[in-house]
Amino acid sequence: MIKIVEVDKFKEVLFDGMSIMVGGFMTVGTSKLLIDAIVESGVKDLTLYCNDAGYENEGIGRLIASGQCKKLIASHIGLNPQAQQLMNENMMEVILVPQGTLVEQIRAGGSGLGGVLTPTGLGTLVEEGKDIINVDGKDYLLEKPLSADLTILEAYEADSFGNAKLIGTTKNFSPLMALAAKKVAIEVENLRSVIDPNDVSIPGVLVDYVIREDVVNGR
Amino acid sequence: MDAKEKIARRVALELEDGQLVNLGIGLPTKVAQFIPDDVHITLQSENGMTGLKDLVPEEISRHIVNAGGAFVSIDSQGAFFDSSISFALIRGGHVDVTVLGTLEVDQQGNIANYMIPGKLVPGMGGAMDLVTGAKKVIVSMIHTSKGKPKILKECTLPLTGRNCVDKIITELAVFEVKDNHLLLCEVAEESSVEEVLALTEADVIVSDNIKKF
Repeated sequence: MIKIVEVDKFKEVLFDGMSIMVGGFMTVGTSKLLIDAIVESGVKDLTLYCNDAGYENEGIGRLIASGQCKKLIASHIGLNPQAQQLMNENMMEVILVPQGTLVEQIRAGGSGLGGVLTPTGLGTLVEEGKDIINVDGKDYLLEKPLSADLTILEAYEADSFGNAKLIGTTKNFSPLMALAAKKVAIEVENLRSVIDPNDVSIPGVLVDYVIREDVVNGR
Repeated sequence: MDAKEKIARRVALELEDGQLVNLGIGLPTKVAQFIPDDVHITLQSENGMTGLKDLVPEEISRHIVNAGGAFVSIDSQGAFFDSSISFALIRGGHVDVTVLGTLEVDQQGNIANYMIPGKLVPGMGGAMDLVTGAKKVIVSMIHTSKGKPKILKECTLPLTGRNCVDKIITELAVFEVKDNHLLLCEVAEESSVEEVLALTEADVIVSDNIKKF
């Protein structure tokens, strides 16, 4: 099965009000090509899940600068002043989640789990409105699963079936996000005829679209 | 020696051979420069690596950054992994020491370092998991903010974590967090017990065995 498609084919899955998980950590592992395609499509009222808000007008920050992001769920937005400003002016809803909780909520969402129990956030604002569950004498917060309509991410190498190899610190949230969305699109830096099965970070069975990176540049 | 270097040098002495350590962004990052040659630790970066080291320019890669987004390198015993494994290391008690900066810390070992409501709201990133899961939590910071104490009886800002701080190291003093008070263990050569007490709001007991650093 060949999943390689043109960017225009990818744009057909986009719709107003959809939820998108964006792989990457401070733009490393974020697909520039697919972010650009979402900007060009003009879809609006997006709910975005990402570790952070990227930089101003860079990475996921492009979708914040373009005004397409209605709601952002992230652990940290400190390096994108525009995201902080929009949040303070109530122009964009931001939900801040501890990083380790966010990744486990996404893992749960893609793994058929009803949530996770974590001690992180107990005794802080994070526990507001959540159930506290005692297991063998120790308290935990119940954090519910998260899932989305689409996940986008960047892979270093992939084959035409979507088996993807992620290198360096580009993995971050991406393998978990690939489990938790109805559709998964990956931008591939280097398309290969075969990926050694031992090197696969994201199994191709999870991937719907493989899109070739057309420009290679820095961060 | 400037205040930040003084703090970083003192924090470095806390680290022991063989430990897995997570250093926060900013002042804590400087600690790595001052670890004694005979102490070998492994640094973790929560975005997905162990074996973090300062950038070797010829090894620069757009695929390798630290949790602050800066380019870094990885040592020969390092490893890359996803965020689920990274936070399993943190939350699961595999990280021996975390060093963090803060806005406020108090005598109950509470720490508030992720937001000033309405003003500064960067988010907690990995800090809440780190203070929850690391075996030892060290706060490293400049002693006061514009002359005002940051070491308080009770934090006023939203907390990052409760009853989690083990040690507080500033350019003036080293405290251990005890049962609802701080034990002043060391005072900087340039300072005095009197000055430290004047600049600290928390209840402090001065150690019988107080040292200079």
